[in-house]
Amino acid sequence: MTFLAQEPTLADFGRDPWWLVLIKIVFAFAFGLLATLLGVWFERRVVGRMAVRPGPNQLGPFGLLQTLADGMKMAFKEDILPRSADKVVYFFAPVISVVCAVTALSVMPFGPMVSIFGHQTPLQVTDVSVAVLLVLACSSMAVYGVVLAGWASGSTYPLLGGLRSSAQLISYEVALGLSVVAVFMLSGTMSTSGIVAAQGERPQLEFFGLDVAAPGWYAILLFPSFVIFFIAIVGETNRAPFDLPEAESELVAGFMTEYSSLKFALIMLSEYVAMVTMSAFTVTLFLGGWRAPWPITSFWDGANSGWWPMLWFFGKVLLLVFVFVWLRGTLPRLRYDQFMRLGWKVLLPLNLVWILVLAGWLKTQGWERADRLILYGAIAGVVLIVTLFWPNRQPAPKPTLAEEVNNRPPGSFPLPPLDLQVPPSPRTQRIVAEREPANLADTDSREV
Amino acid sequence: MTTQTVLAAAGSVPGGEAVTFWILAPLALIGAIGMVAARNAVHSALMLVLTMLCLGVFYVVQAGPFIGLVQIIVYTGAIMMLFLFVLMLVGRGASDSVIETLRGQRVAALVLGVGFAGLVGTGMYRALAGSTAAGLAQANAEGNVQGVARLLFTKYVLAFELTSALLITAAVGAMVLAHIERRREDRMDQAATMRARFRPGNYPGPKPGPGVFATSSSVATPARLPDGRLAEQSTPEILPVRELTAEDTTLKGTEK
Repeated sequence: MTFLAQEPTLADFGRDPWWLVLIKIVFAFAFGLLATLLGVWFERRVVGRMAVRPGPNQLGPFGLLQTLADGMKMAFKEDILPRSADKVVYFFAPVISVVCAVTALSVMPFGPMVSIFGHQTPLQVTDVSVAVLLVLACSSMAVYGVVLAGWASGSTYPLLGGLRSSAQLISYEVALGLSVVAVFMLSGTMSTSGIVAAQGERPQLEFFGLDVAAPGWYAILLFPSFVIFFIAIVGETNRAPFDLPEAESELVAGFMTEYSSLKFALIMLSEYVAMVTMSAFTVTLFLGGWRAPWPITSFWDGANSGWWPMLWFFGKVLLLVFVFVWLRGTLPRLRYDQFMRLGWKVLLPLNLVWILVLAGWLKTQGWERADRLILYGAIAGVVLIVTLFWPNRQPAPKPTLAEEVNNRPPGSFPLPPLDLQVPPSPRTQRIVAEREPANLADTDSREV
Repeated sequence: MTTQTVLAAAGSVPGGEAVTFWILAPLALIGAIGMVAARNAVHSALMLVLTMLCLGVFYVVQAGPFIGLVQIIVYTGAIMMLFLFVLMLVGRGASDSVIETLRGQRVAALVLGVGFAGLVGTGMYRALAGSTAAGLAQANAEGNVQGVARLLFTKYVLAFELTSALLITAAVGAMVLAHIERRREDRMDQAATMRARFRPGNYPGPKPGPGVFATSSSVATPARLPDGRLAEQSTPEILPVRELTAEDTTLKGTEK
């Protein structure tokens, strides 16, 4: 099949001439910047529509140039350096954020092998055998941007925002890394192009004697991992409802309170690029990468070759960005302790149990059918017995009032008789008796 | 990756690797020296981050991409971040004092450090000069990650599991020592508080203030009950009961 020949492998990388590498790098960078320009506009329009208002619609067609105007305005504003700021770190913090966010785009596969000026080359800047770890490393280095911005500003709200974000990002990186483990286990590789290639195969699953060709996308095969991963990247990109580091109702603007002008623009840029990068990462790991979705492939064989895959890729990324915006328009911000509890006490144990189940399932694939069923039955039985006989902490039955009174030790504070009937106060009766009867005939109905 | 492995096994240093080394090695050294020399604790930590990043890239360049990126994720991303977290909680004003408590210790440390580095460096150079790297191709034969995984989960699995058990024990221990959790059942509700208040032997009314009918208005002087006894409840439990002598209570002539 010609179709298979277009899957890039690791050997296809590192053979490009320098000008092709340059074109790819510039393209990835421009993609990040353009995605920011359009992303801000998209988010404001969509949130506006959700709030039943038009959103920015004055500059350019559909208000498309609004972000550009905002960016120009920001660039020409006065750059304020707080007196108590640590100057070098204050300058470097937004730079770190942007560099980390953009670098992660370099291993995103935008498409399969294409021909550019006669060169057969994959539509991806580069790929290494540990490309997914590179993205994780970038996201863990991006924490420094936020934390140092908060610390170097030299005032209280930014510092609190920085501390919050460091705790938040480290916690959610654990969930993020663990949910990627399931993808590694199924695809057997850590390179992004390899993971996309692995999602092109349709594994044969056996359900009660029926052979079913399962869908190749890991979002369906590894649904729990996908859900946890998506929750974790929302936390990792500081997006609502997890935007605690910049919670405007609690911390003014969190770590970026003191930033202004171009440095503020850089922070905004890095946040949006990170959102797009993480969406692209999700698409690559779980949504089949640049592969066309199912109904298209069923009637069009060429959908996965040439330059078309880039369209599917951008479409999927746009869909995920819409989900980000949707979440922001729908959900209120979590409280900090709720957020931490979700990360450590829900996502992490769920993830570990899921990986265990998946590993057991993969390990027993080569076994005899009877052995496998016996093993699954035994495990299910043990789980059932444990849940049945799990010691349930029964609260002691509440004593009645009479028992409580009788059980009081001698010398207790005296109690009034429990069957005491409080007689109506004679004064109350007198007030009622002395009050003049209301004259209904005189009341004005309009003033009631 | 594969070409890199072959070149490294052949013992020659390709141009890209040499350029990377000569750019990053000075940076790593600057970071290491800056970490010791920086006055501000946060700057010091950031310098260490720089050194660790350079080391991570060195690992990647030397055909160990997995260990290089793990170095960046774990050490730079997580551990140094926790360091920074603590340093920020300590406060931004916390800088080293420039006063030397041990005279001459800086010079001594410098001389000894340089001497030690020279000793180790020359030793390593004399031992390893002229030797060629061997076995890299075999180690990375089925891929770097797979090679590391195979060794980690077959030959060194016991050491691996022991280390993880040690780390988990340490983490649980730290949690037990540092974490105070009040269980929901232990929390006193309003009814329980009232019950404790009207317990026999407990006086439910407000406590007498210190110094009532006493010889002094000090917090440490217990109040006197109408029959002349001391009200022990009127003073905080940690304060010793103190009755002033007549000498203490006479006017010292300091007030005008």
